[in-house]
Amino acid sequence: MSAAASYARRATLFAGFVFLYAPIVILAVMSFNASRLVSVWGGFSTKWYAALLDNEQLLHSAKISLAAAFVSATIATLLGLLAAVALARFGGFRTRLLFFGAVHAPLVLPEVVLGLALLTCFVALGVGRGFVTLVIGHVTLTMCFTTVAILAALRDCDPTLEEAAMDLGATPPEAFLRVALPRIAPAIVTAFLLAFTLSLDDLVIASFATGPGATTLPMRIYSQVRLGVSPQINAISTLLLALVAVALGLAAAVSYWRGSRK
Amino acid sequence: MSPRRRLSLGQRLVIAAPYLWIAAFFLAPMLLVAKISVSQSVLARPPYRPIFMFSDSLAELWAKAQDFTLDSYRALVSDTLYLESYLSSLTIAAVATLITLIVAFPFALAMARAPERLRPILIGLAVAPFWTSFLIRVYAWIALLKDEGLINNALMALGLISAPLQMYATSGAVVVGIVYSYLPFMLLPIYAALERQDASLREAAADLGASPAQVFLRVTLPLSREGVIAGSLLVFIPAVGEFVIPDLLGGSETLMIGRTLWNDFFSNHDWPAASAAAIALVALLMVPLLLWERARLKEEGGR
Repeated sequence: MSAAASYARRATLFAGFVFLYAPIVILAVMSFNASRLVSVWGGFSTKWYAALLDNEQLLHSAKISLAAAFVSATIATLLGLLAAVALARFGGFRTRLLFFGAVHAPLVLPEVVLGLALLTCFVALGVGRGFVTLVIGHVTLTMCFTTVAILAALRDCDPTLEEAAMDLGATPPEAFLRVALPRIAPAIVTAFLLAFTLSLDDLVIASFATGPGATTLPMRIYSQVRLGVSPQINAISTLLLALVAVALGLAAAVSYWRGSRK
Repeated sequence: MSPRRRLSLGQRLVIAAPYLWIAAFFLAPMLLVAKISVSQSVLARPPYRPIFMFSDSLAELWAKAQDFTLDSYRALVSDTLYLESYLSSLTIAAVATLITLIVAFPFALAMARAPERLRPILIGLAVAPFWTSFLIRVYAWIALLKDEGLINNALMALGLISAPLQMYATSGAVVVGIVYSYLPFMLLPIYAALERQDASLREAAADLGASPAQVFLRVTLPLSREGVIAGSLLVFIPAVGEFVIPDLLGGSETLMIGRTLWNDFFSNHDWPAASAAAIALVALLMVPLLLWERARLKEEGGR
Protein backbone atom coordinates (compact mmCIF):
# COMPACT_ATOMS: atom_id res chain seq x y z
CA MET A 1 0.00 0.00 0.00
CA SER A 2 1.30 3.47 -0.82
CA ALA A 3 2.56 5.78 1.92
CA ALA A 4 -0.07 8.40 1.08
CA ALA A 5 -2.88 5.86 1.46
CA SER A 6 -1.43 4.75 4.77
CA TYR A 7 -1.34 8.33 6.09
CA ALA A 8 -4.90 8.95 4.90
CA ARG A 9 -5.99 5.80 6.68
CA ARG A 10 -4.36 6.85 9.95
CA ALA A 11 -5.79 10.36 9.72
CA THR A 12 -9.28 8.95 9.12
CA LEU A 13 -9.01 6.60 12.08
CA PHE A 14 -7.72 9.43 14.27
CA ALA A 15 -10.55 11.78 13.27
CA GLY A 16 -13.13 9.03 13.73
CA PHE A 17 -12.00 8.15 17.23
CA VAL A 18 -11.75 11.81 18.25
CA PHE A 19 -15.37 12.28 17.15
CA LEU A 20 -16.45 9.19 19.11
CA TYR A 21 -14.53 9.86 22.30
CA ALA A 22 -14.04 13.64 22.65
CA PRO A 23 -17.56 14.39 23.98
CA ILE A 24 -17.25 11.62 26.59
CA VAL A 25 -13.76 12.68 27.68
CA ILE A 26 -14.79 16.35 27.93
CA LEU A 27 -17.76 15.34 30.08
CA ALA A 28 -15.47 13.38 32.41
CA VAL A 29 -12.99 16.28 32.66
CA MET A 30 -15.83 18.72 33.42
CA SER A 31 -16.97 16.55 36.34
CA PHE A 32 -13.72 17.57 38.10
CA ASN A 33 -14.21 21.26 37.35
CA ALA A 34 -14.69 23.31 40.51
CA SER A 35 -16.66 25.91 38.54
CA ARG A 36 -20.32 25.44 37.72
CA LEU A 37 -19.79 26.86 34.25
CA VAL A 38 -18.77 24.74 31.29
CA SER A 39 -16.70 27.56 29.84
CA VAL A 40 -14.66 28.37 32.96
CA TRP A 41 -12.04 26.08 34.49
CA GLY A 42 -12.21 26.78 38.21
CA GLY A 43 -9.53 24.28 39.24
CA PHE A 44 -9.58 20.57 40.07
CA SER A 45 -12.20 19.47 42.56
CA THR A 46 -14.01 16.33 43.63
CA LYS A 47 -16.77 18.25 45.39
CA TRP A 48 -19.46 17.19 42.89
CA TYR A 49 -18.70 13.57 43.71
CA ALA A 50 -18.95 14.32 47.42
CA ALA A 51 -22.29 16.02 46.78
CA LEU A 52 -23.55 12.85 45.08
CA LEU A 53 -23.18 10.91 48.30
CA ASP A 54 -25.55 13.32 50.03
CA ASN A 55 -28.11 13.16 47.26
CA GLU A 56 -30.50 10.59 48.73
CA GLN A 57 -32.91 10.76 45.78
CA LEU A 58 -30.20 10.02 43.24
CA LEU A 59 -28.75 7.14 45.28
CA HIS A 60 -32.21 5.64 45.79
CA SER A 61 -32.88 5.83 42.04
CA ALA A 62 -29.50 4.26 41.29
CA LYS A 63 -30.42 1.31 43.53
CA ILE A 64 -33.79 0.92 41.81
CA SER A 65 -32.16 1.05 38.38
CA LEU A 66 -29.56 -1.57 39.30
CA ALA A 67 -32.16 -3.87 40.85
CA ALA A 68 -34.52 -3.51 37.88
CA ALA A 69 -31.66 -4.10 35.45
CA PHE A 70 -30.56 -7.26 37.29
CA VAL A 71 -34.05 -8.78 37.62
CA SER A 72 -35.20 -7.86 34.10
CA ALA A 73 -31.94 -9.00 32.46
CA THR A 74 -32.21 -12.36 34.24
CA ILE A 75 -35.81 -12.92 33.11
CA ALA A 76 -35.11 -11.61 29.59
CA THR A 77 -32.09 -13.91 29.20
CA LEU A 78 -34.09 -16.97 30.30
CA LEU A 79 -37.03 -16.12 28.02
CA GLY A 80 -34.64 -15.26 25.19
CA LEU A 81 -32.88 -18.61 25.59
CA LEU A 82 -36.21 -20.49 25.42
CA ALA A 83 -37.36 -18.46 22.41
CA ALA A 84 -34.04 -18.99 20.61
CA VAL A 85 -34.16 -22.75 21.23
CA ALA A 86 -37.70 -22.86 19.81
CA LEU A 87 -36.71 -20.85 16.72
CA ALA A 88 -33.44 -22.68 16.06
CA ARG A 89 -34.33 -26.27 16.92
CA PHE A 90 -38.09 -26.86 16.59
CA GLY A 91 -38.30 -26.62 12.78
CA GLY A 92 -41.33 -25.12 11.08
CA PHE A 93 -44.07 -25.39 13.69
CA ARG A 94 -47.46 -23.79 13.26
CA THR A 95 -47.62 -20.08 14.25
CA ARG A 96 -43.80 -19.92 13.90
CA LEU A 97 -44.11 -16.83 11.69
CA LEU A 98 -46.26 -15.03 14.28
CA PHE A 99 -43.82 -16.03 17.03
CA PHE A 100 -40.80 -14.96 14.98
CA GLY A 101 -42.38 -11.61 14.08
CA ALA A 102 -43.57 -10.85 17.61
CA VAL A 103 -40.18 -11.72 19.11
CA HIS A 104 -38.34 -9.42 16.71
CA ALA A 105 -40.88 -6.58 16.47
CA PRO A 106 -39.64 -4.54 19.48
CA LEU A 107 -36.26 -4.26 17.69
CA VAL A 108 -37.73 -1.90 15.11
CA LEU A 109 -40.63 -0.51 17.12
CA PRO A 110 -40.05 3.03 18.43
CA GLU A 111 -39.70 2.89 22.21
CA VAL A 112 -42.38 5.55 22.56
CA VAL A 113 -44.89 3.20 20.91
CA LEU A 114 -43.95 0.20 23.06
CA GLY A 115 -44.07 2.32 26.22
CA LEU A 116 -47.45 3.75 25.31
CA ALA A 117 -48.83 0.26 24.60
CA LEU A 118 -47.60 -1.07 27.95
CA LEU A 119 -49.02 1.88 29.88
CA THR A 120 -52.47 1.64 28.28
CA CYS A 121 -52.42 -2.07 29.07
CA PHE A 122 -51.51 -1.52 32.75
CA VAL A 123 -54.21 1.13 33.07
CA ALA A 124 -56.83 -1.08 31.40
CA LEU A 125 -55.98 -3.93 33.76
CA GLY A 126 -56.07 -1.57 36.74
CA VAL A 127 -52.52 -2.51 37.76
CA GLY A 128 -50.72 0.00 39.98
CA ARG A 129 -47.45 1.09 38.41
CA GLY A 130 -44.16 0.59 40.21
CA PHE A 131 -41.14 -1.70 40.32
CA VAL A 132 -42.99 -4.76 38.96
CA THR A 133 -44.40 -2.96 35.93
CA LEU A 134 -40.97 -1.39 35.35
CA VAL A 135 -39.42 -4.87 35.21
CA ILE A 136 -42.20 -6.10 32.90
CA GLY A 137 -41.52 -3.20 30.55
CA HIS A 138 -37.78 -3.80 30.50
CA VAL A 139 -38.12 -7.55 29.95
CA THR A 140 -40.42 -6.89 27.00
CA LEU A 141 -37.95 -4.35 25.59
CA THR A 142 -34.76 -6.40 26.06
CA MET A 143 -36.08 -9.89 25.33
CA CYS A 144 -35.81 -9.37 21.57
CA PHE A 145 -32.13 -8.44 21.94
CA THR A 146 -31.33 -11.49 24.09
CA THR A 147 -33.22 -13.75 21.67
CA VAL A 148 -31.30 -12.41 18.66
CA ALA A 149 -27.92 -12.75 20.42
CA ILE A 150 -28.55 -16.33 21.59
CA LEU A 151 -30.24 -17.36 18.33
CA ALA A 152 -27.15 -16.31 16.34
CA ALA A 153 -24.92 -18.48 18.56
CA LEU A 154 -27.31 -21.46 18.38
CA ARG A 155 -27.37 -21.28 14.58
CA ASP A 156 -23.55 -21.43 14.50
CA CYS A 157 -23.69 -24.46 16.77
CA ASP A 158 -23.98 -27.65 14.70
CA PRO A 159 -27.26 -29.50 15.60
CA THR A 160 -25.79 -32.83 14.42
CA LEU A 161 -23.70 -32.91 17.62
CA GLU A 162 -26.89 -32.87 19.67
CA GLU A 163 -28.38 -35.51 17.37
CA ALA A 164 -25.30 -37.66 17.94
CA ALA A 165 -25.76 -37.32 21.71
CA MET A 166 -29.39 -38.38 21.36
CA ASP A 167 -28.37 -41.36 19.21
CA LEU A 168 -26.11 -42.36 22.07
CA GLY A 169 -29.07 -42.37 24.43
CA ALA A 170 -29.35 -38.81 25.76
CA THR A 171 -32.85 -37.33 26.09
CA PRO A 172 -33.39 -34.07 24.13
CA PRO A 173 -33.08 -31.89 27.27
CA GLU A 174 -29.88 -33.73 28.25
CA ALA A 175 -28.44 -33.36 24.78
CA PHE A 176 -29.19 -29.64 24.84
CA LEU A 177 -27.87 -29.01 28.35
CA ARG A 178 -24.66 -31.01 27.94
CA VAL A 179 -23.79 -30.38 24.29
CA ALA A 180 -25.25 -27.09 23.08
CA LEU A 181 -25.46 -25.06 26.29
CA PRO A 182 -21.72 -25.05 27.10
CA ARG A 183 -20.98 -23.92 23.57
CA ILE A 184 -23.45 -21.01 23.61
CA ALA A 185 -22.55 -19.95 27.18
CA PRO A 186 -20.52 -16.89 26.02
CA ALA A 187 -23.49 -15.69 23.96
CA ILE A 188 -25.77 -16.09 26.99
CA VAL A 189 -23.42 -13.94 29.07
CA THR A 190 -23.31 -11.32 26.31
CA ALA A 191 -27.11 -11.39 26.08
CA PHE A 192 -27.42 -10.84 29.83
CA LEU A 193 -24.97 -7.92 29.78
CA LEU A 194 -26.71 -6.38 26.79
CA ALA A 195 -30.10 -6.61 28.52
CA PHE A 196 -28.57 -5.26 31.74
CA THR A 197 -27.05 -2.17 30.08
CA LEU A 198 -30.17 -1.51 27.98
CA SER A 199 -32.36 -1.63 31.09
CA LEU A 200 -29.95 0.52 33.12
CA ASP A 201 -29.94 3.13 30.36
CA ASP A 202 -33.59 3.17 29.35
CA LEU A 203 -35.54 6.37 29.83
CA VAL A 204 -38.54 6.05 27.55
CA ILE A 205 -40.04 2.68 28.56
CA ALA A 206 -39.33 3.44 32.24
CA SER A 207 -41.18 6.78 32.04
CA PHE A 208 -44.29 4.98 30.80
CA ALA A 209 -44.05 1.81 32.87
CA THR A 210 -42.94 2.89 36.32
CA GLY A 211 -44.78 4.58 39.16
CA PRO A 212 -44.02 7.27 41.74
CA GLY A 213 -42.12 5.00 44.14
CA ALA A 214 -39.73 3.61 41.54
CA THR A 215 -38.12 6.50 39.69
CA THR A 216 -35.08 5.23 37.79
CA LEU A 217 -31.67 6.89 37.51
CA PRO A 218 -32.10 7.87 33.83
CA MET A 219 -35.41 9.53 34.75
CA ARG A 220 -33.68 11.59 37.47
CA ILE A 221 -30.83 12.47 35.13
CA TYR A 222 -33.28 13.43 32.42
CA SER A 223 -35.35 15.71 34.62
CA GLN A 224 -32.14 17.43 35.82
CA VAL A 225 -30.71 17.72 32.31
CA ARG A 226 -33.84 19.48 31.07
CA LEU A 227 -32.93 22.27 33.50
CA GLY A 228 -29.45 22.53 31.98
CA VAL A 229 -25.96 21.11 32.41
CA SER A 230 -25.26 20.35 36.05
CA PRO A 231 -21.91 19.35 37.61
CA GLN A 232 -23.53 16.64 39.72
CA ILE A 233 -24.94 15.01 36.61
CA ASN A 234 -21.45 15.20 35.06
CA ALA A 235 -20.12 13.38 38.12
CA ILE A 236 -22.67 10.57 38.12
CA SER A 237 -22.32 10.23 34.34
CA THR A 238 -18.56 9.88 34.71
CA LEU A 239 -19.02 7.20 37.36
CA LEU A 240 -21.33 5.25 35.04
CA LEU A 241 -18.89 5.65 32.13
CA ALA A 242 -16.02 4.48 34.32
CA LEU A 243 -18.04 1.44 35.38
CA VAL A 244 -18.63 0.47 31.74
CA ALA A 245 -14.98 1.16 30.84
CA VAL A 246 -13.76 -1.14 33.63
CA ALA A 247 -16.22 -3.88 32.62
CA LEU A 248 -15.23 -3.65 28.94
CA GLY A 249 -11.53 -3.62 29.86
CA LEU A 250 -11.99 -6.76 31.96
CA ALA A 251 -13.93 -8.48 29.16
CA ALA A 252 -11.21 -7.58 26.65
CA ALA A 253 -8.48 -8.80 29.01
CA VAL A 254 -10.29 -12.11 29.60
CA SER A 255 -10.81 -12.76 25.89
CA TYR A 256 -7.18 -11.81 25.15
CA TRP A 257 -5.96 -14.13 27.90
CA ARG A 258 -8.13 -17.01 26.65
CA GLY A 259 -7.02 -16.35 23.09
CA SER A 260 -3.33 -16.41 23.99
CA ARG A 261 -3.68 -19.69 25.89
CA LYS A 262 -5.05 -21.53 22.86
CA MET B 1 -39.43 -24.53 4.36
CA SER B 2 -39.84 -27.66 6.41
CA PRO B 3 -43.41 -28.90 6.80
CA ARG B 4 -45.42 -27.43 9.61
CA ARG B 5 -45.97 -29.83 12.41
CA ARG B 6 -47.30 -30.11 15.91
CA LEU B 7 -44.87 -29.72 18.77
CA SER B 8 -44.26 -32.38 21.40
CA LEU B 9 -45.32 -31.71 24.99
CA GLY B 10 -41.73 -30.91 26.05
CA GLN B 11 -41.31 -28.49 23.18
CA ARG B 12 -44.58 -26.81 24.08
CA LEU B 13 -43.37 -26.29 27.63
CA VAL B 14 -40.20 -24.63 26.30
CA ILE B 15 -42.09 -22.28 24.05
CA ALA B 16 -44.93 -21.51 26.48
CA ALA B 17 -43.08 -18.99 28.66
CA PRO B 18 -41.73 -16.67 25.91
CA TYR B 19 -44.96 -17.04 23.93
CA LEU B 20 -47.21 -16.12 26.86
CA TRP B 21 -44.97 -13.19 27.78
CA ILE B 22 -45.09 -11.77 24.26
CA ALA B 23 -48.83 -12.35 23.99
CA ALA B 24 -49.56 -10.66 27.32
CA PHE B 25 -47.10 -7.78 27.24
CA PHE B 26 -46.64 -7.08 23.56
CA LEU B 27 -49.42 -8.38 21.31
CA ALA B 28 -52.29 -7.58 23.69
CA PRO B 29 -51.04 -4.04 24.43
CA MET B 30 -50.55 -3.35 20.72
CA LEU B 31 -54.12 -4.52 20.00
CA LEU B 32 -55.33 -2.27 22.81
CA VAL B 33 -53.52 0.70 21.24
CA ALA B 34 -55.20 -0.12 17.91
CA LYS B 35 -58.56 -0.19 19.70
CA ILE B 36 -57.95 3.09 21.55
CA SER B 37 -56.97 4.72 18.27
CA VAL B 38 -60.56 4.30 17.05
CA SER B 39 -62.08 5.28 20.41
CA GLN B 40 -63.31 8.68 21.49
CA SER B 41 -61.43 10.98 23.79
CA VAL B 42 -63.27 11.69 27.06
CA LEU B 43 -62.46 13.39 30.32
CA ALA B 44 -62.18 10.35 32.57
CA ARG B 45 -59.73 7.68 33.53
CA PRO B 46 -58.98 5.87 31.28
CA PRO B 47 -59.55 8.88 29.03
CA TYR B 48 -61.30 7.10 26.19
CA ARG B 49 -64.48 5.21 25.43
CA PRO B 50 -65.97 2.72 24.74
CA ILE B 51 -64.64 0.38 27.42
CA PHE B 52 -65.64 -3.22 26.99
CA MET B 53 -66.34 -5.46 29.98
CA PHE B 54 -66.40 -9.22 30.21
CA SER B 55 -69.82 -8.89 31.79
CA ASP B 56 -71.25 -7.07 28.75
CA SER B 57 -73.95 -8.86 26.80
CA LEU B 58 -73.66 -9.05 23.02
CA ALA B 59 -76.24 -6.29 22.63
CA GLU B 60 -74.30 -4.04 24.99
CA LEU B 61 -71.08 -4.74 23.10
CA TRP B 62 -72.79 -3.85 19.83
CA ALA B 63 -74.18 -0.64 21.31
CA LYS B 64 -70.77 0.33 22.63
CA ALA B 65 -69.12 -0.50 19.33
CA GLN B 66 -71.19 2.34 17.79
CA ASP B 67 -68.85 4.68 19.65
CA PHE B 68 -65.91 3.70 17.45
CA THR B 69 -64.72 6.52 15.26
CA LEU B 70 -61.98 7.28 12.79
CA ASP B 71 -61.79 10.87 14.05
CA SER B 72 -58.25 10.43 15.38
CA TYR B 73 -57.03 9.23 12.00
CA ARG B 74 -58.84 12.09 10.25
CA ALA B 75 -57.11 14.47 12.66
CA LEU B 76 -53.76 12.93 11.70
CA VAL B 77 -54.32 14.02 8.12
CA SER B 78 -55.97 17.38 8.77
CA ASP B 79 -53.96 18.50 11.81
CA THR B 80 -50.84 20.21 10.50
CA LEU B 81 -48.93 19.46 13.74
CA TYR B 82 -48.99 15.75 12.99
CA LEU B 83 -48.26 16.07 9.29
CA GLU B 84 -45.37 18.41 10.00
CA SER B 85 -44.06 16.07 12.71
CA TYR B 86 -44.07 13.09 10.34
CA LEU B 87 -42.48 15.03 7.50
CA SER B 88 -39.86 16.62 9.70
CA SER B 89 -39.08 13.25 11.39
CA LEU B 90 -38.53 11.67 7.99
CA THR B 91 -36.41 14.60 6.78
CA ILE B 92 -34.23 14.77 9.89
CA ALA B 93 -33.79 10.98 9.95
CA ALA B 94 -32.93 10.91 6.23
CA VAL B 95 -30.39 13.75 6.47
CA ALA B 96 -28.85 12.21 9.60
CA THR B 97 -28.65 8.77 7.93
CA LEU B 98 -26.90 10.26 4.91
CA ILE B 99 -24.37 12.12 7.06
CA THR B 100 -23.80 9.02 9.21
CA LEU B 101 -23.07 7.11 6.00
CA ILE B 102 -20.62 9.77 4.82
CA VAL B 103 -18.84 9.73 8.20
CA ALA B 104 -18.94 5.95 8.67
CA PHE B 105 -17.79 4.79 5.23
CA PRO B 106 -14.22 6.14 5.26
CA PHE B 107 -13.94 5.19 8.94
CA ALA B 108 -15.03 1.60 8.20
CA LEU B 109 -12.77 1.47 5.15
CA ALA B 110 -9.75 2.60 7.18
CA MET B 111 -10.51 -0.09 9.78
CA ALA B 112 -11.02 -2.82 7.18
CA ARG B 113 -7.70 -1.96 5.50
CA ALA B 114 -5.74 -1.69 8.75
CA PRO B 115 -3.25 -4.49 9.56
CA GLU B 116 -5.16 -7.62 10.48
CA ARG B 117 -3.91 -7.90 14.06
CA LEU B 118 -5.10 -4.33 14.80
CA ARG B 119 -8.64 -4.83 13.46
CA PRO B 120 -10.22 -6.46 16.54
CA ILE B 121 -8.85 -3.65 18.74
CA LEU B 122 -10.09 -0.93 16.38
CA ILE B 123 -13.54 -2.44 16.07
CA GLY B 124 -13.69 -2.91 19.84
CA LEU B 125 -12.83 0.77 20.38
CA ALA B 126 -15.42 1.83 17.82
CA VAL B 127 -18.20 -0.21 19.45
CA ALA B 128 -17.29 0.46 23.09
CA PRO B 129 -19.29 3.75 23.33
CA PHE B 130 -22.40 1.77 22.38
CA TRP B 131 -22.19 0.04 25.76
CA THR B 132 -22.18 3.36 27.62
CA SER B 133 -25.37 5.24 28.42
CA PHE B 134 -27.17 6.64 25.40
CA LEU B 135 -28.69 9.39 27.54
CA ILE B 136 -25.26 10.47 28.82
CA ARG B 137 -23.75 10.51 25.33
CA VAL B 138 -26.55 12.78 24.11
CA TYR B 139 -26.21 14.92 27.24
CA ALA B 140 -22.47 15.32 26.62
CA TRP B 141 -23.26 17.24 23.43
CA ILE B 142 -25.18 19.94 25.29
CA ALA B 143 -21.94 21.20 26.88
CA LEU B 144 -20.33 21.31 23.42
CA LEU B 145 -23.14 22.95 21.46
CA LYS B 146 -24.52 25.55 23.89
CA ASP B 147 -24.13 29.29 23.20
CA GLU B 148 -21.54 29.49 25.99
CA GLY B 149 -20.36 25.93 25.19
CA LEU B 150 -16.96 24.66 24.21
CA ILE B 151 -17.28 24.82 20.42
CA ASN B 152 -18.50 28.42 20.46
CA ASN B 153 -15.80 29.38 22.98
CA ALA B 154 -13.09 27.79 20.85
CA LEU B 155 -14.33 29.46 17.66
CA MET B 156 -14.51 32.85 19.38
CA ALA B 157 -11.04 32.43 20.92
CA LEU B 158 -9.70 31.70 17.44
CA GLY B 159 -11.40 34.84 16.20
CA LEU B 160 -13.41 32.94 13.58
CA ILE B 161 -16.73 34.25 14.86
CA SER B 162 -17.58 37.34 16.89
CA ALA B 163 -20.89 36.20 18.35
CA PRO B 164 -21.87 32.68 19.46
CA LEU B 165 -23.52 30.55 16.80
CA GLN B 166 -26.91 29.19 17.75
CA MET B 167 -26.28 25.44 17.53
CA TYR B 168 -27.96 24.05 20.65
CA ALA B 169 -31.75 23.71 20.43
CA THR B 170 -31.85 23.47 16.65
CA SER B 171 -32.66 20.71 14.18
CA GLY B 172 -28.98 20.68 13.23
CA ALA B 173 -28.09 19.70 16.80
CA VAL B 174 -30.60 16.83 16.55
CA VAL B 175 -28.88 15.63 13.36
CA VAL B 176 -25.48 15.76 15.09
CA GLY B 177 -26.90 13.84 18.04
CA ILE B 178 -28.31 11.11 15.78
CA VAL B 179 -25.08 10.81 13.77
CA TYR B 180 -23.06 10.51 16.98
CA SER B 181 -25.38 8.07 18.77
CA TYR B 182 -26.05 5.75 15.86
CA LEU B 183 -22.59 5.71 14.24
CA PRO B 184 -21.75 2.16 15.47
CA PHE B 185 -24.91 0.80 13.79
CA MET B 186 -23.69 2.10 10.43
CA LEU B 187 -20.04 1.29 11.05
CA LEU B 188 -20.41 -2.41 11.84
CA PRO B 189 -22.33 -3.65 8.77
CA ILE B 190 -20.17 -1.58 6.39
CA TYR B 191 -16.99 -2.81 8.06
CA ALA B 192 -18.23 -6.40 7.83
CA ALA B 193 -19.00 -6.00 4.11
CA LEU B 194 -15.64 -4.32 3.37
CA GLU B 195 -13.61 -6.78 5.41
CA ARG B 196 -15.12 -9.76 3.54
CA GLN B 197 -14.01 -8.37 0.18
CA ASP B 198 -11.27 -10.25 -1.59
CA ALA B 199 -8.24 -7.98 -2.09
CA SER B 200 -7.38 -9.85 -5.30
CA LEU B 201 -10.49 -8.37 -6.96
CA ARG B 202 -9.07 -4.86 -6.47
CA GLU B 203 -5.65 -5.97 -7.65
CA ALA B 204 -7.17 -7.53 -10.75
CA ALA B 205 -9.01 -4.27 -11.54
CA ALA B 206 -5.79 -2.28 -11.04
CA ASP B 207 -3.85 -4.73 -13.23
CA LEU B 208 -6.43 -4.22 -15.95
CA GLY B 209 -5.72 -0.49 -15.86
CA ALA B 210 -8.27 0.94 -13.42
CA SER B 211 -7.19 4.03 -11.49
CA PRO B 212 -7.56 3.92 -7.66
CA ALA B 213 -10.72 6.03 -7.98
CA GLN B 214 -12.15 3.65 -10.54
CA VAL B 215 -11.28 0.64 -8.38
CA PHE B 216 -13.15 2.27 -5.50
CA LEU B 217 -16.21 3.27 -7.54
CA ARG B 218 -16.54 0.09 -9.60
CA VAL B 219 -15.32 -2.63 -7.22
CA THR B 220 -15.19 -1.59 -3.56
CA LEU B 221 -18.39 0.48 -3.44
CA PRO B 222 -20.72 -1.91 -5.32
CA LEU B 223 -19.49 -4.86 -3.26
CA SER B 224 -20.28 -3.05 0.01
CA ARG B 225 -23.87 -2.35 -1.04
CA GLU B 226 -25.46 -4.79 1.41
CA GLY B 227 -23.58 -3.30 4.34
CA VAL B 228 -24.57 0.21 3.32
CA ILE B 229 -28.26 -0.73 3.03
CA ALA B 230 -28.31 -2.63 6.33
CA GLY B 231 -26.49 0.18 8.15
CA SER B 232 -28.78 2.85 6.69
CA LEU B 233 -31.89 0.99 7.83
CA LEU B 234 -30.41 0.43 11.30
CA VAL B 235 -29.91 4.19 11.61
CA PHE B 236 -32.98 5.48 9.77
CA ILE B 237 -35.65 3.35 11.46
CA PRO B 238 -34.84 4.17 15.10
CA ALA B 239 -34.04 7.78 14.19
CA VAL B 240 -37.58 8.40 12.85
CA GLY B 241 -39.17 7.44 16.18
CA GLU B 242 -36.44 9.00 18.34
CA PHE B 243 -37.57 10.88 21.46
CA VAL B 244 -34.52 11.55 23.65
CA ILE B 245 -32.34 13.30 21.06
CA PRO B 246 -34.91 15.82 19.75
CA ASP B 247 -36.09 16.48 23.29
CA LEU B 248 -32.62 17.22 24.70
CA LEU B 249 -30.86 18.79 21.71
CA GLY B 250 -33.74 20.13 19.60
CA GLY B 251 -35.49 23.45 19.95
CA SER B 252 -39.19 23.96 20.59
CA GLU B 253 -39.71 24.18 16.83
CA THR B 254 -37.98 20.84 16.17
CA LEU B 255 -40.98 18.62 15.56
CA MET B 256 -40.40 14.90 15.64
CA ILE B 257 -43.18 12.37 15.86
CA GLY B 258 -41.78 10.58 18.94
CA ARG B 259 -41.86 13.86 20.81
CA THR B 260 -45.31 14.89 19.54
CA LEU B 261 -46.64 11.49 20.59
CA TRP B 262 -45.09 11.81 24.06
CA ASN B 263 -46.58 15.26 24.57
CA ASP B 264 -50.01 14.18 23.37
CA PHE B 265 -49.94 11.30 25.78
CA PHE B 266 -48.47 12.90 28.90
CA SER B 267 -49.34 16.58 28.56
CA ASN B 268 -52.58 16.61 26.59
CA HIS B 269 -53.93 13.25 27.78
CA ASP B 270 -55.37 12.65 24.33
CA TRP B 271 -54.86 8.90 24.26
CA PRO B 272 -56.87 8.20 21.09
CA ALA B 273 -54.85 10.81 19.16
CA ALA B 274 -51.54 9.46 20.48
CA SER B 275 -52.60 5.88 19.72
CA ALA B 276 -53.60 6.72 16.16
CA ALA B 277 -50.27 8.50 15.68
CA ALA B 278 -48.47 5.44 17.07
CA ILE B 279 -50.28 3.05 14.72
CA ALA B 280 -49.55 5.32 11.76
CA LEU B 281 -45.88 5.51 12.77
CA VAL B 282 -45.61 1.71 12.91
CA ALA B 283 -47.23 1.47 9.47
CA LEU B 284 -44.80 4.08 8.14
CA LEU B 285 -41.76 2.18 9.43
CA MET B 286 -43.02 -1.08 7.97
CA VAL B 287 -42.67 0.34 4.44
CA PRO B 288 -38.84 0.49 4.23
CA LEU B 289 -38.56 -2.86 6.03
CA LEU B 290 -40.92 -4.60 3.61
CA LEU B 291 -39.16 -3.04 0.60
CA TRP B 292 -35.84 -4.28 1.96
CA GLU B 293 -37.19 -7.76 2.60
CA ARG B 294 -38.66 -7.90 -0.92
CA ALA B 295 -35.39 -6.77 -2.51
CA ARG B 296 -33.53 -9.39 -0.50
CA LEU B 297 -35.92 -12.18 -1.50
CA LYS B 298 -35.70 -11.13 -5.16
CA GLU B 299 -31.91 -11.20 -5.02
CA GLU B 300 -31.90 -14.63 -3.39
CA GLY B 301 -34.44 -15.93 -5.92
CA GLY B 302 -32.32 -14.59 -8.76
CA ARG B 303 -29.26 -16.52 -7.66
